[in-house]
Amino acid sequence: MSGRSLLLRMELRSNPETLCVVRGAVGQLTERLGFSEPECRAVVLGVDEAMTNIIRHAYAGHPDRPIAVLFRRIRTSSCGKNGEALEIVLEDRGKKVDRAKLCGRALEDVKPGGLGLHFIRESMDALEFRRKNGRNQLRLIKFLPIPDPPAGS
Amino acid sequence: MQISARHLDKITIFDITGDIDLATSPELRKPLLRELRELRTPRVVLNLKAVRYIDSSGVASLVEGLKASRDVGSRFILFGLNTTVREVLQLSKLVRIFEICESEEQAVAT
Repeated sequence: MSGRSLLLRMELRSNPETLCVVRGAVGQLTERLGFSEPECRAVVLGVDEAMTNIIRHAYAGHPDRPIAVLFRRIRTSSCGKNGEALEIVLEDRGKKVDRAKLCGRALEDVKPGGLGLHFIRESMDALEFRRKNGRNQLRLIKFLPIPDPPAGS
Repeated sequence: MQISARHLDKITIFDITGDIDLATSPELRKPLLRELRELRTPRVVLNLKAVRYIDSSGVASLVEGLKASRDVGSRFILFGLNTTVREVLQLSKLVRIFEICESEEQAVAT
């Protein structure tokens, strides 16, 4: 497959109640793409945490603001790897993300909060943030599993 | 998410069912902190067997519970962690700070 193939596009509101719906859809999609069970759970967690960050930080808990999530199958080079991947782009119109806060926090600190970004980083192969036309865009990449070679090859 | 409480002598066991995420974690946090901060129950046990999913908000609620237990000198014990919950706690690198038991019998007996 070449180029970019759109798999799913979701137009959502920043209501925490939608999180379970998104998790269900992402779980089904990743399963169909051939990810292993742990990888499916990782992608579900990554997307859920990214949405949670948008709701809490970009929209300060307002439940009625727009979030768009796009899922594409792409061929890409990233982190020294080259191959087919699931690309997920989350877009919101909330306040600009403070890049300093994108560093997360030291995990040695035993305190509630601040784990979301760490979970996203650990769950995905690559993560990229940008601000474009007054919108925050978070791009997540997870490489697809490499199919087994045909028997006898 | 649903949460219900059982009381055994000086132990309170919370049975939790469903997903713990941004939408539902306040429903866990509130009774948990009340049990520890107001009632000062000596041992609070969380049954996580029927928890299908937990995110960073849920982990934050557990950490708050743990900190409250330390403040009042109570024990805070988790049991029944399935693969999903265990994976997330391991990812948080916080799994070592919690007292985790394999079964309810162990959680109430130790």
